Amino acid sequence: MAILGSLTSRLSSIAGRMRGKSRVTESDIKEMMREIRLALLEADVNLEVVKGFVDEVSAKCSGAEVTASLTPGQQVVKIVNETLTSMLGATAGKIAVSPSGFTVILLCGLQGSGKTTVAAKLGLSLKNKGKKPMVVSVDVHRPAAARQLEILAIKAGVQSFIKPEETDAVEIARLGIDRARYMLCDTVIIDTAGRATIDRSMMRELREINNTVYPAEKLLVVDAMIGQEAVNVAKAFDESIGISGFIMTKLDGDARGGAALSIFKMTGKPIKMIGVGEKLEDIEEFHPDRMASRILGMGDVLTLIEKTVERYDSSKAKDAMDRVNLNKFTLDDMLTQFEEVSKMGPLENLLGMIPGMGAKQMKNASVDEKAIPRSMAIIRSMTAKERKNPSLLNASRRKRIAAGSGTSVQDVNRLMNQFEQTQKMMKQFGKMSKGRMPGFGKGFGL
Amino acid sequence: MGIFDRFRDGLGKTRKFISESITRIAAGMGSFDEEMLDEFEMTLVSADTGSVVAMRIIDKVRAEIKRSGGSGQEFVVSVIKTEMLDILGPARPYSLEDNKLNIIILAGVNGTGKTTTAGKMCLRYMRSGKKVILAAADTFRAAAIEQLKHWGDLNGAQVIAHETGSDPGAVVYDAVHAAINRKADVLIIDTAGRLHNKKNLMEEFAKIERITRREAPDARIGVFLVVDATTGQNAVVQAKIFNEATVLDGVILTKLDSNAKGGIALAVAAETSIPIIMAGLGERAEDLVDFEPEPFVDSLFG
Repeated sequence: MAILGSLTSRLSSIAGRMRGKSRVTESDIKEMMREIRLALLEADVNLEVVKGFVDEVSAKCSGAEVTASLTPGQQVVKIVNETLTSMLGATAGKIAVSPSGFTVILLCGLQGSGKTTVAAKLGLSLKNKGKKPMVVSVDVHRPAAARQLEILAIKAGVQSFIKPEETDAVEIARLGIDRARYMLCDTVIIDTAGRATIDRSMMRELREINNTVYPAEKLLVVDAMIGQEAVNVAKAFDESIGISGFIMTKLDGDARGGAALSIFKMTGKPIKMIGVGEKLEDIEEFHPDRMASRILGMGDVLTLIEKTVERYDSSKAKDAMDRVNLNKFTLDDMLTQFEEVSKMGPLENLLGMIPGMGAKQMKNASVDEKAIPRSMAIIRSMTAKERKNPSLLNASRRKRIAAGSGTSVQDVNRLMNQFEQTQKMMKQFGKMSKGRMPGFGKGFGL
Repeated sequence: MGIFDRFRDGLGKTRKFISESITRIAAGMGSFDEEMLDEFEMTLVSADTGSVVAMRIIDKVRAEIKRSGGSGQEFVVSVIKTEMLDILGPARPYSLEDNKLNIIILAGVNGTGKTTTAGKMCLRYMRSGKKVILAAADTFRAAAIEQLKHWGDLNGAQVIAHETGSDPGAVVYDAVHAAINRKADVLIIDTAGRLHNKKNLMEEFAKIERITRREAPDARIGVFLVVDATTGQNAVVQAKIFNEATVLDGVILTKLDSNAKGGIALAVAAETSIPIIMAGLGERAEDLVDFEPEPFVDSLFG
């Protein structure tokens, strides 16, 4: 978070003063625990949870040997990360399926947490898994809430049931279940109105809906940006209807999402899914280890790696790699790399996942999303000969390329400099290792 | 109902929380020591003030105890109140200018209550005899336009809207000209929710503002950030980044009556210079009130 920077860098600065020590001392730990406490509080982790956590970590740290490969700071971060991961639950949650073959999922939460969007996203994701879901809106309070769900359901290609003229949410829920059975659906997702837990009549309504539809899953939808009240909210919903897990939304924002830890720790309910974007496909399974890193500001390296693996065409990469080893990296290879990178989605999203690239750094970096398409246009405006032999590129050829790609000669020059640097780096990489992905970072125009 | 009662009612839960904590911490002692201060600092953090504000307040209490020698509960409460008021600054309500088009642009992340605030604000200004027009510039969220139209119908106000998926800039262009031609007093522009770390969406917002300023050079334009009061420390980041993308004229804190403990008002005030101008203290339109630091702070302590 912008205010205090990432925990990793703060701990590193403390650790800097400890250089040369072979053992982490009592006072070092105390200072580090203070930093951890502040970082967790800035991440909106519940105060009680923070206290328990700091005690646990501090016990694990005292007397820990400083290994050769890690600095004391890194070691503390490692302990913190491991403790946090285990606190977030060992395995990713799965959406339950009722043994009867007809599963009802009830979504509840505060106003504006993203229930309606989650209902549609969940519907789409279940549909893609071969289920036949129906979404039902029982929100009779927010104007046009039912319409919103209906529109999203059409977009997702999922059946929906709404009854805008009916004012009794319980009645709509009952009718919705009937309709779903009639339409031979196997899953019903019920989108309830947002409610504050201190609103007694609204909480009563929720209980009545719950008693009418017998849900196999009762999921609390929580905004990743929620503050210290998260635990009380989760407890109140749990006491009211007994939630089975929760879904955290808006994780594509820059909030640390400390509430995830707090709710899991204080209620024992698993996180089943996370919302990571505005598109209906943007819902993912939850991975505790990645959430731990996020809360600590260590970046989401694993997701980044996975994205890379998922979308990076490894055979093309291998070709490029082979050529790197033969010192034959050409502009064509660079073009292939750009093409592969642009498949991974907006650069900004990728950068956010790199450790140390918090909100602050991101702002200064101000990613030029057009840099890659521009570079690709430049290379494509070259002849096959020029791509194989860049030394051909004299001033008049560069002018032609600039005109052909709709850029300037300066842009062409900049790309050529980048290419030369990348080539140089490639050669070093080629010598160093044979399995690493080439040119990550330098060739992107950052 | 007076403004003090409004805040006290809306913040009922918060009030109990902070004053009960203080009483509990001070129970049986009568004077504050270091351990109790530490505990009270934690109470403040639990109310979403953030650690920076909590530390600032406790440092002040510590200094005042040292300076004056007083350490009773009443004394400590009064020091805390004074420091909170100092953080919040004077009341800076936003008032409309007469005989002029007043344009209000509502911005914020997803789900903070922008559309509802637009509707409530519309009613508030219509009740004071103003001619109000609503602009549905959230063309992204499904049924956002219908939601705003519902408020327009309820209040009898005109709503300028295009289709879902259309260019919000075009909606704003039409709305500004409609407001000028029809000699409206107030134009309220409801925009789509956008996470502040999405560059393209922030640029879209800048464009909306640019078009408004270009098409209505004589109007008084206020850009307000709508913040959900249940938000944690990310609210400060939201305020800072939106304030860099555009110059914010104020923050509107919604849902202050619900599960929020209100400390985020202090965090935003302490870390930005943006005034908090309005607070949402309930479901009804009249529950959207001018934010006043004194009743707010008083209500925290009963």
